[in-house]
Amino acid sequence: MSITIALAGNPNCGKTTLFNEITGARQHVGNWPGVTVEKKEGVYKKDREVMILDLPGTYSLSPYSAEEIVARDYIVKEKPDGVINIVDGTSIERNLYLTLQILETRIPMVIALNMMDEVESRGDQIDCRKLSELLGVPVIPIVARSGKGLKELMEAAVDTAKGRKKPERAKFFDKELADAILSIANVIGKGDSDEDYWRAIKLTEHDEMITETVPEEKKKDVEALVKAADYMSSGDAEAKIADSRYQYIAGLVKECVRKSGRGHVKTRSDKLDQILTNRILALPVFAGIMYLLFACTFSENFLFVPGLPSPGVWLAGIVEDAWAFAAEQMVGAAESLGASEWALGLVVSCLDGIGAVVGFLPLVLVLFLLLSFLEDSGYMARVAFVMDRIFRHFGLSGRSFIPMLMGFGCSVPALMASRTLESDKDRKITMMITPFMSCGAKLPIYAMFAATLFADSNQTAVVFSIYMLGIGVAVISALVLNKFAFKSEASNFIMELPEYRVPTLKSVVIHGWEKVKGFAVKAGTVIFASTVLIWVLSNFNLGGMCDMEKSFLASMGNGIKWIFAPLGFADWRASVGVVTGWIAKENIVATFGQLFGNVSEETVAAVMAGEEALPAISQVFNQVSAYAYMAFNLLCMPCFAAVGAMKREYGSWKWTLRAVGFQMAAAYIVALFINVIGNMIF
Amino acid sequence: MTLKELKPGQRGKVTGLGAEGAMKRRIMDMGVTPGVEIQVVKTAPLGDPVEVRVRGYELSLRKDEAALVNIEL
Repeated sequence: MSITIALAGNPNCGKTTLFNEITGARQHVGNWPGVTVEKKEGVYKKDREVMILDLPGTYSLSPYSAEEIVARDYIVKEKPDGVINIVDGTSIERNLYLTLQILETRIPMVIALNMMDEVESRGDQIDCRKLSELLGVPVIPIVARSGKGLKELMEAAVDTAKGRKKPERAKFFDKELADAILSIANVIGKGDSDEDYWRAIKLTEHDEMITETVPEEKKKDVEALVKAADYMSSGDAEAKIADSRYQYIAGLVKECVRKSGRGHVKTRSDKLDQILTNRILALPVFAGIMYLLFACTFSENFLFVPGLPSPGVWLAGIVEDAWAFAAEQMVGAAESLGASEWALGLVVSCLDGIGAVVGFLPLVLVLFLLLSFLEDSGYMARVAFVMDRIFRHFGLSGRSFIPMLMGFGCSVPALMASRTLESDKDRKITMMITPFMSCGAKLPIYAMFAATLFADSNQTAVVFSIYMLGIGVAVISALVLNKFAFKSEASNFIMELPEYRVPTLKSVVIHGWEKVKGFAVKAGTVIFASTVLIWVLSNFNLGGMCDMEKSFLASMGNGIKWIFAPLGFADWRASVGVVTGWIAKENIVATFGQLFGNVSEETVAAVMAGEEALPAISQVFNQVSAYAYMAFNLLCMPCFAAVGAMKREYGSWKWTLRAVGFQMAAAYIVALFINVIGNMIF
Repeated sequence: MTLKELKPGQRGKVTGLGAEGAMKRRIMDMGVTPGVEIQVVKTAPLGDPVEVRVRGYELSLRKDEAALVNIEL
């Protein structure tokens, strides 16, 4: 019979390291339904019958963040066979707060007391046997990073889960409070039911979610009892419950923990922090780290050496060359089998579709190796600490800086980087606005228009202003979304600044690999299907295969061009460009090259680099409508690869479509403004 | 007085919380409950938020949030 064991613990307690150690590479990463919170499942590598589920890291089981709700719903409603609660021995007081809340649910539980090596090196001692006796659950000392104690931990956990060994009912409330809770439990159900008792605790804590579930006819009685509990807790039962838990913990710590007696000693982490969050050095150091992060992933002239590719670009080149070679072989094979022209075309388009996914993998890998290093090392928390002052004005967290910065390179890894954000709301908003940062693939569009329609002296200003426009629209969007779409969700900045730690190679690599796999699998299908669809539309009409001018897509372009009339470019070729841009934004240039004069591939390449003009586009565009068109393509739905990444991160089509809808609306409104106001001025 | 008024290096004892609802719960969940000793470690480079040490670990919170924590020296 297989059993499920859930891992629960505070953020930064070493939970993920433990999860990686006990499951090895056999993991499945997804999303919890409806929220952008990661769900990780795996199998215990020494016993395939033991399923391991990694709950999101939380400090408590309050109903105020998506992570907390996910974790507590799982423990209370899904009822795993057992819970391993990971406790960071170096900040045992705060960690035990969650422990007590899990104890209150009476789910069979084992405590993994982690970071015991650090505890010892500080000269502190923790008496695990005593702690186990007092809490009534097994306490196993471990060092997750080195694997020490994991065998004993898993033995105890499996034993506890299989034996359904429930801890005793919580005994850290005084008699008055315990009686009050019991009487509430008796009103909503039975006092001896674990679940009713737990709900009664939550009701006494004024928990809004549980309060809503009380049936109408019992609401009055419950309300009166909660009021009474408040009254005898000098006005606030919620505070008294939190206080009781911490009082109890203080007692446990007093009995079981022996401090070295030197008070707070300066650790290496403290010294590092003096530099990294230093009043003067913090911002330059931050800028340097961010530059390295960006350059390692995207730079063509790495560390300012001309022509030296960064690790990301280098790897991407290798993968793309390998793929091009493989694709060539496959097309050659199809040709030698005597495939017809359209079948050959389809093969080519399918290979392009896969190529569109493959090309992004190296960027995702390199960025996530670096990001997971920053996250696991503890620096990411300091990013928020340093940048919060600026970002809060837009209703975002300081951590939004990273996805937005990466957006200038490529939206795909940038969107995936939004995972590092603390709150569900921030993640959702950041994902909506990250594609507004002008990515590398959009630059050729600006180069084409700038070289063709604008004077040399103005070209730089035109391109620069488009970048600024993207940032401006992102800021305004964040403000608008915060004010109108997400207003009910209060944000706070009460967070831990964890100790700096050197991440283990294993967890960094597993994290990078997970992201690559997740993108290839979850986003790959979206990208592949849409790429092939657009290919079919642009190469076929009812008579079979044809040139783009006569294709379905051209007819569609003619059909939808009226939509763009208010924006100044009611032309079927412009409309077709918008659509082919969704495969990859730089495709717009190739499409224009074909539709405006059928120029050679070399010319297209030169146009992309801004070295040559495409004079024919001035038949359709003037400076104002060209600017509106650039703005529209900057802001409208990003390429399918980015939409695939959004779908993976949001974990739902509903939110993905909302985001795309928002981006389309923003693009239309901004382009409309540009066209109307531009025509008034020029 | 409140936690916001403390200078880096100063310590005080929490006497009560002026917050309500989610904010109050979050502050308490993080270990800032009446009676606990709290010390301001530093201020962020841009002047806000602040870093405090409480229950043996480092916590950061905005000055607006620190203003909700009543303390005595």
